[in-house]
Parts: sequence; C-alpha cells; structure tokens
Amino acid sequence: MSIDLKTREIKPLRHTYTHVARLIGGDKPATRYQETLGAQPAANFHYRPTWDPEHDLFDPSRSKIRMDQWDDLRDPRQFYYATWTMARARQFEAVESNFAFVESHGMLAALPEKIREEALVVLTPLRHVAWGDNMNNSQICATAYGAAFTAPAMLYAMDQLGIAQLLTRFALTLGDAAELERGRDAWLRDPTWQPLRRLLEDSFVITDPLELFVVQDVALDGLLYPLIYEGFVQDKLVPAGGAAVGLLTAFMSEWHEETVRWIDVVLRKLASFSSENATTLSGWAEASIARAKEALAPVAARALGEKAPAVLGDAAESLQRRLAKAGLSV
Amino acid sequence: MDTRVEKKKLSLRERYHLMTRGLGWEPTYQPTEKVFPFTAYEGIKIHDWDKWEDPFRLTMDAYWKYQGEKEKKLYAVIDAFAQNNGFLSLTDARYLNAIKIFIQGVTPLEYYAHRGFAFAGRHFRGEGLRVACQMQSLDELRHTQTELHSISVYNKFFNGFHNPLHWFDRVWYLSVPKSFFEDANSSGPFEFLTAISFSFEYVLTNLLFVPFMSGAAYNGDLSTVTFGFSAQSDESRHMTLGIECIKFMLEQDPDNVPIVQRWIDKWFWRGYRVLTLVGMMMDYMLPKRVMSWREAWEIYGEQNGGALFQDLGRYGIREPAGFRDACDGKDHISHQAWLTFYTYDPVAAFHTWVPSDAELDWLSAKYPESFDRYYRPRLLYLREQQAAGTPVANKNLPLLCNVCQIPMFFTEPGDPRRICYRESVYEGERYHFCSDHCKSIFDHEPEKYVQSWLPVHQIYQGNCFKPGTDPTAPGFDPIKAVLDYYEINNGRDNLWYDNSEDRRNFEAWTAEARGN
Repeated sequence: MSIDLKTREIKPLRHTYTHVARLIGGDKPATRYQETLGAQPAANFHYRPTWDPEHDLFDPSRSKIRMDQWDDLRDPRQFYYATWTMARARQFEAVESNFAFVESHGMLAALPEKIREEALVVLTPLRHVAWGDNMNNSQICATAYGAAFTAPAMLYAMDQLGIAQLLTRFALTLGDAAELERGRDAWLRDPTWQPLRRLLEDSFVITDPLELFVVQDVALDGLLYPLIYEGFVQDKLVPAGGAAVGLLTAFMSEWHEETVRWIDVVLRKLASFSSENATTLSGWAEASIARAKEALAPVAARALGEKAPAVLGDAAESLQRRLAKAGLSV
Repeated sequence: MDTRVEKKKLSLRERYHLMTRGLGWEPTYQPTEKVFPFTAYEGIKIHDWDKWEDPFRLTMDAYWKYQGEKEKKLYAVIDAFAQNNGFLSLTDARYLNAIKIFIQGVTPLEYYAHRGFAFAGRHFRGEGLRVACQMQSLDELRHTQTELHSISVYNKFFNGFHNPLHWFDRVWYLSVPKSFFEDANSSGPFEFLTAISFSFEYVLTNLLFVPFMSGAAYNGDLSTVTFGFSAQSDESRHMTLGIECIKFMLEQDPDNVPIVQRWIDKWFWRGYRVLTLVGMMMDYMLPKRVMSWREAWEIYGEQNGGALFQDLGRYGIREPAGFRDACDGKDHISHQAWLTFYTYDPVAAFHTWVPSDAELDWLSAKYPESFDRYYRPRLLYLREQQAAGTPVANKNLPLLCNVCQIPMFFTEPGDPRRICYRESVYEGERYHFCSDHCKSIFDHEPEKYVQSWLPVHQIYQGNCFKPGTDPTAPGFDPIKAVLDYYEINNGRDNLWYDNSEDRRNFEAWTAEARGN
C-alpha cells in the first residue's frame, strides 16, 4: 500500500551550480558530495604568499605531478564534512562501547601481563607517529591543489589526531600517565624507533605535496597499519589472550581499510593522466616503500620477533599489488 | 596477577593535556628551523609555546559527536525546506540578493579560511595552538559546504546564484573580499591569526556573520538561519581562538606589541572596508530590516570594540588607527555603496532597486544626520529616471583603491560632499587610495600591494575578455564582452530588480500558492 501526498511542483530554472555542472557533465541534479567539488578559488590571485613567493596561493606547480582537472580526484567514499563527521561519530560510539565492554567484563584484569607489556611497548610510541601523520596531511591540505583532493587530506589529518588520542586513551587504560612518558622516551631515544622517527622528520621537509602523500599515506601508512594492527595485534596478541587489545584498536584496521579506497583511486587517477605522472609516482613509491620498510624493520622485530621479516614482506607485497592495480610499476 | 591499583580519575584538563600536549616533539634529525620554517620571519617572539591556553579542550571523539549531531539536525531542515518550496515563505524575493552577496562574497572566504588554518595548524609550534587551528580548518570546510548546500535550493529557482566560484575569481566587486582574504592567507601565520581570528572573527563577526543570519531570520529564510544557528557554536570557538592568540603574542614578549598593533591597525581597517557591503545589505536589501548599519556599528563597533581596546590597553595596545574615521563613516558608507552598485548593476550578478517610500522614511529616521540631506534626493532622481525608462547606468569604469579595491566613492571624514583621494608613488608608478588608512597599509608593504589584481585595470588592459575576443572588431561592445568573461547571464543575473525574472517568477509563484 502506498499513499500519495499532493505537493506543488515548481519547475526549477536549473539543477545545480554552473561550476558543478561542468564537473559532472552537464546541468543535472547533483549529489551533496558533488556540490562540494570545485570550491577552491583558481584564478587571478592577488599576492604571492610571503612564505612561498615562488608560487601562487593555490598553485598546481608545487608538485611535479600534472593534471588538467584536479577536481577529478574524487573520493570514492563521497565524504563531505557532514557524512565524514557522522561516520566517525558512529564509529567512535563503537569505540566507546568497546572500552566499556573491556572494562565491565574484567578483560583488562584477564590480560596476560606479557601481552599488556608488549602492547604498550609497541603501540604507545605510535601516538607520535600519528601526530606526525597529522602534520603531513595538514601540509597536504594547505599546499596541494583542488578542493576534491585537499578536503579529504584534512579529514585524514584529523583522523590521525583521533588515532593519536585513541592510542593515548589505550595506554591510559592499560597503564597510567607514566606509560605515555615511557612511550615518549622510547620514541625519542630507543634505537628501535629512531629510523622511523628519522623518516618522519625527513618527511616534514618535503615540499611537493603529492610526494608527501606518497611517502606518508601510501608508503608509510600502507605498511604500518597491516604490520601493526593485523600482523601484531590480530594475528599475534589476540590469539594469545589479548582480545582486549584487539577490541580497543579495532578502529584502526577499519579506518585503514576505508582510507586505502580513497588513496588508491587518487593514485589511479593521477597515474592514468600521463605516463610521466605514472613514472614519477612509481619512482616515489618505490623509494618510499623501501625506506619505510627499513624504518619499520626494528619496530617489526620488537613486535614480532623472528616472524618480522615475513610479515613486513607480506605487507610490502600486498601494498605493491595495490599500487600495480592503481597503474604504478613498483 | 592483578597488582594494578584503582586508577585516579583524571580531570578534564589533565586528560586533555595528555591527549594533546606531548604528542609533538623537538626534531633532531632535521633542524627545527627547517621543520617549522615560518614561525620567526614575522618578528614575533615566542618563548614558551605551551603557555598557549586551550580554551575548549576538545578531543576528536567529542568533536565528532557534537558536530555530527549538529549536522544531522541541519541537513534535516535543509531537506525539508527544499522539499516544501520554502522560498515561497520569504518576505520578498528582493531579500535573496543579500544571500547572493553571501554566497558570492562570503562562502569563498570560508574556503580560504579552511586552507589558511590548515597551514597554521601545520606550521605553528605547540600542539594546543595547532589543534585549535586544525579544528577551525575543519569548521571552515564545514561552513563552505553547508552554505553551498543550504543555498543550493535558491540556485534552482533564482538567478545570481549559479556561478559563485567563477565570479569570485573575476567580477569587479568580489575582488574586495577576495583580496582581503588573500592578503591574510599570503601573510605569515601570526599575521594570519591576527587578521582572521582576532580582527575578523573576534572584533567584526557581529557585524558580518550576525547581520546576514539575523536578516535570514527576519525574512523567512529558514534554510540560512538554521545554518546560522548551527554555526554559532563553531563561531564562538573561533572568537575565543582570536582573543587567546592576541593575548598569547602580547604576553610572550614586549617586542611583539608594536608588531601586533600595526596588524590590528591594518586588519581593523581592511575588515571595516569589506563590511561596507554588509552595511549596504542591512540598510537596503532586507525587506524586513533587523537594524540599521549605523545602529549595528554603534553597538558592536563603538561600544563593544571600544571596550575591547580599552581592555587591551593593559598590554600597551591602543584602539586601531582608523577607528575614529570608521565611526565617522557610519552615517554614509551604506548609502554611498548602494548608489554606486545601483549605477553599476548592468555588470553585477545581483539586483538593486530604489527603496519604496516607506523604506526611504525608515532610512530618514535611522539616519537623521545624513539621509535626507545627501542621499534621498539622489535616490529619488534614480527613481525618476527609471520611471522614464532611462535608468541611470554608469558606463565608465571607476577608479579603485589599490588596497581595499572598492571604487573611490568614499568621502572625506567630516565632509560628505568631497570624495576622499590619497596617493603614493612607488618605483615611479602612482597608486590611488580611498583613505589615509588604505594608503598607510600600502606604504608599509608596497611590494605586496603593487601585485593587486585590480579588476578595472585588468579590463582596460584587455585581460577580461574570453579568448578569441577581438576588441577591434566593428560594433565591439566591451560591457557585453566583460559579462561574457564573467559568465554573468545578461538580462537575468544582472540589472535592476523591477524588471527581473526573479521578481516575475516570485510574484507568479506566490500568487499561485496563495490563491485558487
């Protein structure tokens, strides 16, 4: 059964904004996501930035990558602020109930000491990695070109702040504030973490926003998340009595799975635009995967012992498969 | 095995501190000056970045929760408004011209703020300040998008809404807000914060954002006013960031005081000039008026602003250099702007008109010192000419101020019968200004303002025609060629309200909606 309300129809003069119609192939009803595209001013800039007088405020020549239509870099998740915020709010409701569940079911007390210690030692310093990731994606948002790509970069940056804070809460739940100090100390001094810290600090001075995207989002995050949240947490800690650790960090795997969809589509679009793009991206990817593997090796060894090379190798292989699918040769 | 003792509950402040502070570190593999290359070149001295006080202590989980709730409610209203042809309940379609100015001139500024705060959020030191900037970057992205979404329905049924981003980069009057924000974004991070967070958000928001949103409430625009309410708590966070950042700079080192003072002088005046468009909107474009520009200026500018600068006196800050002249302008600027826009309506993407008799009387009552003496006779002349079928259109392009980029129509402080002209010579070229304060902004940083993309100069230089246009062809019509470059639909987006398609449609639709 259906009922039929009578409403007044007024014929519209047009269906969407002209700049949106241009991007979606004509004047037709546009989705909310589509109406956020093309929002970046693009012509007749007044003043060169005092912090980068070689370029316009928004300037595609900050990157070696060329595109004729930067707003083609669409997000397959179709995130705009509202859908992203509501999605994260929902996911963090689940995070909240996982924390509540772990605490109310005595799962912390049941956590074997060895697992607790290992989890804290490996995961707590990653707060700082997430903060570095937040810095790099803020930089990508500030200096890359086109609203279609820079907006998701900012969302990514804030996701990383959320992850840094989630890891903080994790450490405070399994331990106390002293754990944060211990993690920070390891990050700054323990040889296990120094190659990774060095990689991040080197990435802070990269000026090409798309190179930075490859170094950080593609290569480092592409290896780190599978290594830590699958190889270490899911495959090692959870079967050994660390179900609580798995529950409390479930967001990270979910987040990674979701964001690689965006990353891969962006790479595919960039690479398919020209063979020069594909070559440049492949060169960056190859170098930065090698570097990230090297930097993660001591962390992997600390987390996984003798299995480390195999797990890290698997992660690198599956990342390479992703990149091959996106049209890169690595 | 459970040797852990019951944990002490952390206070909100301690928790926030652990969640945010201490995430960052001093780099050692790269020099700090390379990782943070932009914190020193403006001359601001910071000794302890951790002295930055976090006023809101928001963590991301809380941010997502609050903002997600707000978005849900907002989009429900936007949907309902669109579904039910909510625009039929507007006081009058003239009102929509205020919203045209908003989407053409303000929405793109939200976008600039989004990118500018992303930059500040990366390049400041100190996690507290950076997280505050990053959250504002997100909020500004939100505002850009929700404005495009809530105004989208008007675009479907009315003209002057369809190409705001294209217009923003090209159309003459939009270079006023465009150059304003690009000036801020092209400055260093501290000046950016002074410009946007302090001068714009803290000092002037009540004169920019609030009049538009109150105008929406008064004129039946449920879509826009709901956005306004939804953005209100974001705005209060941004205002707090503004006052905190000023205090932070002033408290860190006495050498910062003169630098900050110069920025306050500059950005107060830059912001005030942009507000001319808002004053005009308040006095002329709202069928149901909220208050006059003069009244708004007296409350928010003179009283609140005056008190603020008195308060900042303890840091050695005085009121902005242009403050007195801004107060002097309150009887004039909205009228001078409207008269100018009326005569240039053939090249503007919104409609103007001569107010009705009742509206003229309202203006007389609100502006007893100036309206009847200087402005009513000119408006009556425009009405007369329009009735005779010869509406007054100015075909000569005006001289623009090289800094604020507003046509040179402002009058001398204290003498509303004489146009105010100032000029400076720099490297052999002469530059023109609307006031002492725009001139002084130029004189301090001429290498920046010689770069201004002045729309009138650009038209005369032939840079505002579509490729392939031949200005030497017989019968060449420069105005039509410029409209073509602007992508303004001649006869639909521009010209006066009385004969507009907007008016015809609105009257037909509402008549049909209210009769049988």
